[in-house]
Amino acid sequence: MTSISDRSRTLRGRAAVVGFAELPPSKQPGDRKPLDLISEVSAQAIADAGLRPQQIDGIVVCPAMMQYSMLWPSIVAEHIGLAPTYLEFVDLGGATSCAMIARAAAAVAEGRCETVLCVNGDTWDPKGMYLKPPPLVSPLRDFTLPYGAAGANGDYAMAARLHMDRYGTTSRQLAKIAADQRTSAQRNPIALFHGQPLTIDDVLASPVICDPLHKYEIVLPCSGAEAVVVTSEDRVKDLPHPPAWVLGFGEALEPDPFQRPDFLVTPTVESARRAFAMAGASPKDVTLAEIYDCYTSAVLIELEDAGFCAKGEGGPFVEAHDLTFAGDFPLNTHGGMLSFGQPGLGGGMTLVVEGVRQVMGRAGDRQVRRNDLAFVHGNGGTFTEECSLLLGRDR
Amino acid sequence: MSTPAFPRPLPRVEGDAAPFWKAVAAHRIELPRCTACGTLIFYPRTFCTRCHSREVRWEEISGAGRVYTFSVVHRATHPWFMDKTPYVYAIVELEAGVRLPTMLVGCATEDVSVGMPVEPVFERASDDVVLLHFRPRSA
Repeated sequence: MTSISDRSRTLRGRAAVVGFAELPPSKQPGDRKPLDLISEVSAQAIADAGLRPQQIDGIVVCPAMMQYSMLWPSIVAEHIGLAPTYLEFVDLGGATSCAMIARAAAAVAEGRCETVLCVNGDTWDPKGMYLKPPPLVSPLRDFTLPYGAAGANGDYAMAARLHMDRYGTTSRQLAKIAADQRTSAQRNPIALFHGQPLTIDDVLASPVICDPLHKYEIVLPCSGAEAVVVTSEDRVKDLPHPPAWVLGFGEALEPDPFQRPDFLVTPTVESARRAFAMAGASPKDVTLAEIYDCYTSAVLIELEDAGFCAKGEGGPFVEAHDLTFAGDFPLNTHGGMLSFGQPGLGGGMTLVVEGVRQVMGRAGDRQVRRNDLAFVHGNGGTFTEECSLLLGRDR
Repeated sequence: MSTPAFPRPLPRVEGDAAPFWKAVAAHRIELPRCTACGTLIFYPRTFCTRCHSREVRWEEISGAGRVYTFSVVHRATHPWFMDKTPYVYAIVELEAGVRLPTMLVGCATEDVSVGMPVEPVFERASDDVVLLHFRPRSA
């Protein structure tokens, strides 16, 4: 009997990302709907891949918070004029985008389709969440909302508090993540915080929102859209850009973060283990990381659980490394969502796009020195849904 | 007086969780325990989340516990809480072995610490609903 790891190895390098597009994020809701953004960015990504719409035979979409609808995959396909043989809808919170790429790569490897469009697009209206919230039926919310659970802010703040109490992690260490990412964002003209450098002291001087997290440690939701094109190993060679090979992926879910043995040990341990096993690689082989940064505390804990440092060592790790695009551990090199903005429920797609961009060598003046292997990670819920992805320059 | 645009968020006293909220309204904490494998089940369900047995028995558990972790909320997201800040949102670990999301009351926000011993406070939130808050207890 073969193990899951052995079987998953057959998926390694069977598909690659060959094109991408990203619309500038915006804090203005505007009058365009998610479907408008999705159609625009999809056309750009397909063209970037050097393909015609008729060559797209797979589509993977995710929910748009501000245009929530059943039958979304077929609605999107119909709107942009595709007739796919494979349609998929992924709804895993912040793990969504990495999981979209994983499903596209697996579908290609299975021969269900040849070339897959993965697209996220959403608008953001600050009032929208309370005026027109998308349906969310979670019995657990009856046990959190009445006690003042402040969206996800409170949960990630509690994770930071426990990490500080148990391991001596400091606010300065957490703030360095935001500050280093902001340095990289100065090389990204479309980042929401381009032109606004930020020091560790600036982070610590910003208002405390949910103690111990400050304003600049918390992601800013926005409007935006991103798309990537995944295709088979056979088609890669005919296309204009160097591929970003999908070498490994893994996902894991562990419900109710507060009942599991340790709140600070997340399913990232399992999602990353699976991704590395598929790729036949280890954390020390990774040359850049794009890690879901809804909060600084999320990055810290995901770094530990993915195996880049030991549990509890996240604080000293981020202190010891230059996390900017030019540094020795390039992390969230387009500014991360903390400096770029977080477009929509599938917001992690901007991290996927940046990982692809770097691996393809198309990141311009924020190109990292070594782009061999990117670890891209999505985290949904409160460290409940996790998906890890490994993208490589060479197969 | 104008009607508040957003009513206080309250639990629905229905379905699997109804006995929990009815017990809290009577100032008791009760949770289902699996009679097959002994798992204490939170949030309350009428089956065991570990072994999937449908045989569960509601039992009263002690409210003695400690702060597992917490956050002092300075900016609320739900409109009803916006003028209630700062307040303490916390996870309390009961001696019985479950961790409950809750609000910590009865002490200054700067005095809260991880590991602090706490006890229940039954807070009437509406005609029908009592919430389970916690406050410091002398160890």
